[in-house]
Amino acid sequence: MAYKIVKKKVLNPQIFLMEVEAPLIAKKAEPGQFIILRIDEYGERVPFTIADFDREKGTVTIIVQIVGKTTRDLAEVAEGAELLDFAGPLGMPTPLEGLKKVAVIGGGLGTAIAYPQAKKLHSLGADVTVITGFRNKDLIILEDELKAVSNKLIVATDDGSNGNQGFVTDMLKKEIESGEKYDEVIAIGPLVMMKFVCKLTEQYNIPTTVSMNPVMIDGTGMCGGCRVTVDGETKFACVDGPDFDGHKVDWDSAMKRGRMFADYEKRSCEEGHCRIGRTNKED
Amino acid sequence: MPNMRADKNPMPEQCPNVRNKNFLEVTTGYTEEMAIDEAKRCLNCKTRPCMQGCPVSVKIPEFIAYIAEGEFEKAYQKIKETNALPAVCGRVCPQEKQCESKCVRGIKQESVGIGRLERFVADWHMKNVEDKIEVPEPNGKKVAVVGSGPSGLTVAGDLAKRGYKVTVFEAFHTAGGVLMYGIPEFRLPKDIVQKEISNLKAMGVDIQTDVIIGKTIMVDELLDEMGYDAVYIGSGAGLPSFMGLEGESLNGVYSANEFLTRINLMKGYKFPEYDTPVYVGKNVAVLGGGNVAMDAARSAKRLGAENVYIVYRRGKEELPARAEEVHHAEEEGIIFKLLQNPTKFIGNEDGWVTQMEVIHMELGEPDASGRRRPVPVEGSEEVLDIDTVVVAIGQTPNPLIRKTTEGLDTNSHGCIIADEATGKTSKEHVYAGGDVVTGAATVILAMGAGKAAAEAIDKELNA
Repeated sequence: MAYKIVKKKVLNPQIFLMEVEAPLIAKKAEPGQFIILRIDEYGERVPFTIADFDREKGTVTIIVQIVGKTTRDLAEVAEGAELLDFAGPLGMPTPLEGLKKVAVIGGGLGTAIAYPQAKKLHSLGADVTVITGFRNKDLIILEDELKAVSNKLIVATDDGSNGNQGFVTDMLKKEIESGEKYDEVIAIGPLVMMKFVCKLTEQYNIPTTVSMNPVMIDGTGMCGGCRVTVDGETKFACVDGPDFDGHKVDWDSAMKRGRMFADYEKRSCEEGHCRIGRTNKED
Repeated sequence: MPNMRADKNPMPEQCPNVRNKNFLEVTTGYTEEMAIDEAKRCLNCKTRPCMQGCPVSVKIPEFIAYIAEGEFEKAYQKIKETNALPAVCGRVCPQEKQCESKCVRGIKQESVGIGRLERFVADWHMKNVEDKIEVPEPNGKKVAVVGSGPSGLTVAGDLAKRGYKVTVFEAFHTAGGVLMYGIPEFRLPKDIVQKEISNLKAMGVDIQTDVIIGKTIMVDELLDEMGYDAVYIGSGAGLPSFMGLEGESLNGVYSANEFLTRINLMKGYKFPEYDTPVYVGKNVAVLGGGNVAMDAARSAKRLGAENVYIVYRRGKEELPARAEEVHHAEEEGIIFKLLQNPTKFIGNEDGWVTQMEVIHMELGEPDASGRRRPVPVEGSEEVLDIDTVVVAIGQTPNPLIRKTTEGLDTNSHGCIIADEATGKTSKEHVYAGGDVVTGAATVILAMGAGKAAAEAIDKELNA
C-alpha cells in the first residue's frame, strides 16, 4: 500500500504542507487526531497531527516543520510521489462540542494543528479567538485560513516585524484583562509555550487543553514511549491523548523526555540513510 | 531397532562469545545426518503421547518416521497438514512443556528432539522445494481477520484453504505481529516469517497493513457495511504493563515492547542505516523473567551493553522463560539477579535514569498460581548503577477494539471472553483467540486457538 502526495506547498522556509491520499483515514478523522507515517523501508515511524481532511476527496493534510531527519527527508519527497505508510486516525478527538467562547492558541507549527480545531469550533457556532505567534513575519503561516474560521485573529511576532510584537501569552493576557471571558483555552505549540499559556490561564481559572506530541512508535498504545505524567499518573499520549488538561501536565518531565533521542537525531541527520534521488521502488 | 542414545543430538549453534555480538540466528540447525539419527530415537509409540502435548495436533511420530527414512518433503507435508507455520514453531515453541514433555524417551533420558526435527524439516523444505501454492475454489464467503500474528495467520490460512476470501488487517506496516516486532532476529529470522506470509498471499489472502481496527475501521463496519460474514479478532496482548514505580518516566526506561520493536521491526540495530534509533547504555537492567525479558536482555548485550542484568523477584526455578532461553542467556553473559525486586528508579538532573533501588526477596507460601510467593526482606534494599531499564513484566490486550465494539464482552483484565473450543464471543459472527483472549501466552497456543476458530467459523458459515 502506498499513499500518494496529491499536493505539496511550501508555507515558509521551514514549514510545508502535504495533502495525502488516504480515504479510510479521511473518512474518520477529527480535529485533535494524528497519523503516523513512514517514508520508506528505512524510515522511522513519525506522528503528525492532522491539519485538515477532506472526506469527499479522501485526503488528509499534514503540515510539517523541518526539525530532524525524517522531516528533512520528507521535504524532499515531491508532489505526486508516494509515502510507504500512512496510518490513522490515531488518538482521541478534541472534545469541542458545547463550547461557546474559546481562545485557540498556536505557536509556530502549532498553528497548523490549531487550525482544524478553530475550524470545527467555528462550524459549531462558537465564538473563536485565534492567537498565533511566530519568530518573525516571514514565518507566519495560515493567516487567511485562520481569518476565515475565527471571530478575531491576533498574529504576534517575537521581533515585532509584523507590527505586533510579543508572545502569545502576552496577547492572551491582554484579551483576558480587557474583559474577554473564555470557557476554554486550547493551546498547541512548543512545550515551553504550552507550559506558559497554562501558567497564565491557571491564574484566571480558565480550563486549558494542550496537545502533546512525544516520541512514539506505533501510536496505538503498544510501545509506551509516549508516556506523559498527568495529575501524577502515567498516561499514553497516543491513546489517552494527545490532548490533556494542561494544568495537570508535568511539563518538566515532558521536556526532558523530549530530549531522549536528541543525540541520535543529530547522528541520523549526519550519517543516516540518504534519500536524495531515490524512490520507494528501489528499496 | 531404534537408536538408544540417551541424549538428544545436540543443536549446532554459534559460540556464545561470538553470537552475543551479532544478530544472526543462535542455533544453526541439524544436518541431514543428525536429523536422521535423532529421528531414529523415536519409539513410534502406538499411543502417541507427544501429540497430546501439541496444541495444533501435529502428527509427530508420522513425520519423524519419514525423517528416519530420509523422506524430508513427506515429513514436511505431514506437519503442514495441521501446522501452518512449522519453521516458526520449530524455533519458538516451548517443546519441553508440550510435545517433548510427554515423550516416553524423556521419562528416564532425554526426550526426542521433536522441535529440532520440526525445524529441520521446515528449513529443508524452504531450501530445497519450490512451494506450489494451490489457489482453492472460492466459496463466495468473506472473513475479516484482525491482527496478523500467529493466531490471525493460522485462521487466515485455514479458511483460505477452504475457499474463503480472507482479508487480514494489520495496524503496523508489516504483517507478522509479535513474530516481527517481538521475537528477535537471532531467535527467529524475519525472512522465515515473511516467507510464510507470502505463501498465504499466494493462496489469495489479502493483507491490509496500516489499518487499525477500532480506529481506521470499526468491527461493526466490517460486518455491516463491508459485507464480511465473520470477523476473527487476534489482536494480541500489545499493551505494556509498567510497575508504577517512582522514576518510571525517566529517560532510559523502556517498555520491552518499545525496546524490542525499535530493534526488531524498525531494525534499530542497523541505525543509522535505518532511521530508528535505540539507546542502550553500559549497564542494562531488564525487569522480568519470561521469554520477552530474555529477548530484551540478549538484544541489549548484542547492542554493546557491558553488563546486562535480569532482575526477577522469584528464583531460578520459577523463571517463566523457556529453559533453553535461560541457558542461552547465561552462556551469553547475562547476569541473573534473582529474588530481587525494583522499588524505584533514580535519575540525574537531565532526567536520565542512573540508578535503580532493589529490595531482596524470599519465597513464602505458594500463591494462587501455585508458585511460592516472593516476600520482601525488610531492610535489604540495595542500589544498582544502571543507565537503561527495560520493563518486561507482561502485556495485556490493547483496549482499542473493546472500547469501540458494542456487545463484545471482556473480563476484568481486558481480555475478550471467548469460548475455548470455538473462539465464539458474545457478539454475533465475531470470534477471538490468542493473547487477546488468554493474556500474553505462547505462539503455539495462539495458533491452536486460531485453528479451533477457523473450524467453528467454517461450521457457522456453511450451516
